[in-house]
Amino acid sequence: MPVKEIKREEHLQFLQQNTDFEVRSLDGASINESELSHPWWHNLKYAAAGVWFGILLVKSEVMSWFRIQEMFRLQSFHMYGVLGSAVATGIFSVWLIKKINLRTIYGEPIILLPKKFNKGQVYGGLLFGFGWALTGACPGPLFAQIGTGAAVVTAVLLSAITGTWVYGWMADKLPH
Amino acid sequence: MHFSDWIKQPWPWYIAGPLIGLMVPLLHISGNKTFGISSSLRHICAACLPANIPFFQYNWRKEIWNLFFVAGIALGGLIAASLLSNHQPIIVNPTLVKELHRYGVNNHDGLVPAELFNWQSLITVRGFILMVAGGFLVGFGTRYAGGCTSGHSIMGLSNLQWPSLIATCCFMAGGFIMANLVLPFIMHL
Repeated sequence: MPVKEIKREEHLQFLQQNTDFEVRSLDGASINESELSHPWWHNLKYAAAGVWFGILLVKSEVMSWFRIQEMFRLQSFHMYGVLGSAVATGIFSVWLIKKINLRTIYGEPIILLPKKFNKGQVYGGLLFGFGWALTGACPGPLFAQIGTGAAVVTAVLLSAITGTWVYGWMADKLPH
Repeated sequence: MHFSDWIKQPWPWYIAGPLIGLMVPLLHISGNKTFGISSSLRHICAACLPANIPFFQYNWRKEIWNLFFVAGIALGGLIAASLLSNHQPIIVNPTLVKELHRYGVNNHDGLVPAELFNWQSLITVRGFILMVAGGFLVGFGTRYAGGCTSGHSIMGLSNLQWPSLIATCCFMAGGFIMANLVLPFIMHL
């Protein structure tokens, strides 16, 4: 049951006036945010979504170091098939969400604002690509690998957190 | 074949890929969340060691759903590895098997190569570069780029964002350069 009726225009206004907007606009590919707040246990559904995603990462083998090496040597179609069909499904889903003005389970309109280009996507993208080929993992798979029992990957994760911290520390000195 | 045997096989790309893509609408409909993982690393920094750095001065509690999400991913990994696995080595291209053999990597049992990713090799030059330097680049690069494979390549491309397309091309270019031109030297260390 929606708590209150939220109009599309009002939600758009909220997104654009949000004080955190500048912080968040550096981040993520598109910005949307809920203006509702709920008790903490509402977050458990995101934990459940994470469990499902973790299972998908393992069963599709996209979190395997070997599969990543194959991908970057063009030795297998598998990774390209997974990513390609995931993107195709995502494009269709987002198109449909916009087409039918879908709302969340709380009745809030779903609006996705566009993302601005900055040079970080090039420099940072290349640096992440280097790290992806070395560790055989992007951030999601790091968590999944630890879950599968590869305890040493916690060292990789700690190093990734350090990398994020160092980026934040020197962000204003880097070209964007 | 029993369902339990079937489910324990690796899932083909045309099953797993679309299911991964459906994470995008799932998170939107659950409460206006954009699919993305690497932001969680930023929230961990903001929560644990903000150190007066402006980049970490925000209300990370508002983003706590993302930390629940990544904790779920680890639990999902545990469930998949213990209950949904047939414990067979991952079958990869024979050319890669031959190349890895030259570097002394012959154990294909795990999702990560046991000979490269273990506590002993963490203090070797090769292991340090693969795990510590590699991890650092993942954390630094994703935040600099404003997203990772999930946030840019799946979420951003799903929303037809051209900056995400550029980021994805750079992820791939970086990976190709590292895997083909640099990694062979590192593997011989």
